[in-house]
Parts: sequence; C-alpha cells; structure tokens
Amino acid sequence: MRVSMTVNGQVQDHDVEPRTLLVQFLREDSHLTGTKIGCDTSSCGACTVLLDGESVKSCTMFAAQADGANVTTIEGLADGDQLHPVQQAFHENHGLQCGFCTAGMVMATVSLLDENPTPTEHDVRYGLEGNLCRCTGYHNIVQAVLAAAGSDR
Amino acid sequence: MIPASFDYVRAGSADEAVAALAQHGDDAKLLAGGMSLIPLMKLRLATPGVLVDVGRISDLSYVRDGGDHVAIGALTRHRDVETSELLREQCGVLRAVAAQVGDNQVRHRGTLGGSVSHGDPASDLPAALLALDATFVVRGGGGERTVAASDFFRGFLETALGPDELLTEIRVPKTGASGFSYQKFNRRAQDWAIVGAVAVRNGTTRVALVNMGTTPLRASAVEQALASGASPTDASEHAAEATEPTADLNASPEYRAHLARVLTRRALEEAGS
Repeated sequence: MRVSMTVNGQVQDHDVEPRTLLVQFLREDSHLTGTKIGCDTSSCGACTVLLDGESVKSCTMFAAQADGANVTTIEGLADGDQLHPVQQAFHENHGLQCGFCTAGMVMATVSLLDENPTPTEHDVRYGLEGNLCRCTGYHNIVQAVLAAAGSDR
Repeated sequence: MIPASFDYVRAGSADEAVAALAQHGDDAKLLAGGMSLIPLMKLRLATPGVLVDVGRISDLSYVRDGGDHVAIGALTRHRDVETSELLREQCGVLRAVAAQVGDNQVRHRGTLGGSVSHGDPASDLPAALLALDATFVVRGGGGERTVAASDFFRGFLETALGPDELLTEIRVPKTGASGFSYQKFNRRAQDWAIVGAVAVRNGTTRVALVNMGTTPLRASAVEQALASGASPTDASEHAAEATEPTADLNASPEYRAHLARVLTRRALEEAGS
C-alpha cells in the first residue's frame, strides 16, 4: 500500500506492506536512522518520534496509522549547525553516555516540555518514565531537561 | 519483530467499521491506538487477517456532559482523559487512573475504548470503570445497545462485544468531589500493575481490583463489610475473597492476595471511606 507522510518537513511517500512499522518506514524506507530500535516492545522509548507534535513509540505503530501525518525525528530538530535547545542542554549537561537512548530521550523531552514548559524534577522523571537508559545516566538527563526548561536555576 | 501479514482497512466512521467487521467476520480485528494489539501481533500471539483501523474516527473522541453522566467517546486517548477539565470536576478517579497507564507515549496513542474492548484484567482503566458502574454503548449490525460494566468483562481478554460490534461510548456517573483512590503496585516505572485497587465513593463506596483474576473484579465482600459498618481496616481483610489471582514472575497467588488486602486498605483510607 502507498503510505505518505511529512517527515521533518519533507514528503516521504513509499510503497510498503500494511505490517510495516513506523520505525521501519523511517529507518529503512526514508533512510533516517537517527531513530533507534531498542527493546522493540514499546518499553524503552529509543524509537520515540513526534507524531503531529506528540511523542509516540514508532516501534508500536504501523506506518499506515501515520499516513498523512506530520512526523518529526531527531534529524529534524537542529536548524543547520544550530542545535535545538533540548539537544544543546543534553550536550552541555552530559545528558548521555553511550548515546543509544539519546534520540528517544530528546524527542520525549521536546514533547514533555511542550505539554509542561516548567516541570519540576518529579515531573521530568514521571514524564520520561517511558524512556530507559541502560547506562543509568538518569541524573544528568534530568538535569539536562531542567536546563532546557530553564527551571534548573 | 514483525507481525504476520494482514490486510489493512481504514474506517471513516463507526458504521463503516461495523460494516467492515460484518464483511470480514472472525478474521477481522479492530485497531484503535494499538497499544495492546500491536505488541500481541509482533509476538504473533495475534494474527488477524484484516485490521480495521478505527483510529481516525475523530467524532468518537470527546468528553461531554451527558446530563446525569459524563459521556466519553471510545476513541478518546488516555492523554485526553488524563487532562480533561470536565473529568477533574465530575469524575476525578478516571483522570487519576488514566494518568497511571503506561507512559506518556502510550497515553498519546492508547484509547479508553481500546483498553475496555481488550479486556485485560491487568489494565488500570477497566477496573476503574467497574468501580464506577459505568455503562458501555455498543454499535453493531443490529443497531445500538448498552451494556453495564458489571456484565461486560466475561473472561480473560473476553468481553460482551460481539464479533461485528464496536464500542462507541463510555458513560460514567458524576461523582463530583467524592473521595477516590487508585493504588497501583508495580516493580518498575510504566509497568502493569502486579495488583491494583480502586476505591470510589459515590454514596456508597465501591472497590474494584486489577489483576486478581481473569477479569477486573469488584471486591463485593469489602463493599458489603463497609455497608455493614466495618472499618476500612476490617473491610479490607475481605479484599481477596472470591478472587483467583494467578502466579507469574512477579508474584504468587498468596502474595497477590496479600497485596489486594493492603492496597484496598490504603485505597479506602485515601478515599476517606
């Protein structure tokens, strides 16, 4: 079937099987490999992307369900060499270790801050409970999110 | 993990969905948010031949004042239940329970009707709706009917929905500022409840349990004890009566029975019963 969506401002139109997952559509058909597959069971959040502005786990959604939607992946955040404020905050606060969870963490953070621009530390930990960091680098991740929100001061 | 092949049909309305179910019979399965169905399909525990996607039926996504009740469209997402101002005023327990489902990403996709139709005894919302004595509006080839929550959950992942029926609306009573509590016990963030207990005061106190049998269950013995004047502590001792908890990696049946009593006591205390 034909599935067409706007990914990072560009139309991605591909002929795929109905069972194609959104994460496959992004990685294999659209060649956007910034989005990672971690647990593949909607637990870890590594595959988090924005669907019409809201965080979703792209491993637990069919591409067909996103037909016609606006999708943003980690590749779509920076403006040229200018990092998105959330990316910049992760960079400055060392909010990553191995980096595998980072794309998902950043995308979940963008959605979280959109819904709650001034989160407390508890709000951040609760809001990111769907994203796991196997390096257990949560302390700096939380600091980075608070910094991005400007609520670390 | 890739699901088995299927044909994909997108329904633009409830009637289209019902027609597609009638056309494809047992081989068809409804897809709403997919938060329960897609994982089952990826594990190939479910292999429907046809998926009827009802996720775009936007006129089934609403939270409305229905007069003596609050009416919620079956395709209302958990996030919209969690943040509904009407529910904050009129049925706070549902908002509070929705906020404990999965994680943000899951709540952005998962729907109230999907959770109810899936009928998982480990799900949070079906037990809350049971405690609320909710009413479910169902549409099928023969028209529309209503089913009481107490008649809806029939067995493990088995509900009163017929093969050509679609849940369209959930009606909950207005409980106003009455006390409520949801005590969810799990080992990890975002996980299913190992056991959960919902208490809602609406005149009398109703209690329902998560993951204490093949369906969500009302803790009738607790409710009767409370009605006869028992204290929350004494009433909660009856919480595991008439339950059939299973054993799994997380808990033995005995431990689940213990959790049911403790969580019920905490829920009754927080609800002010």
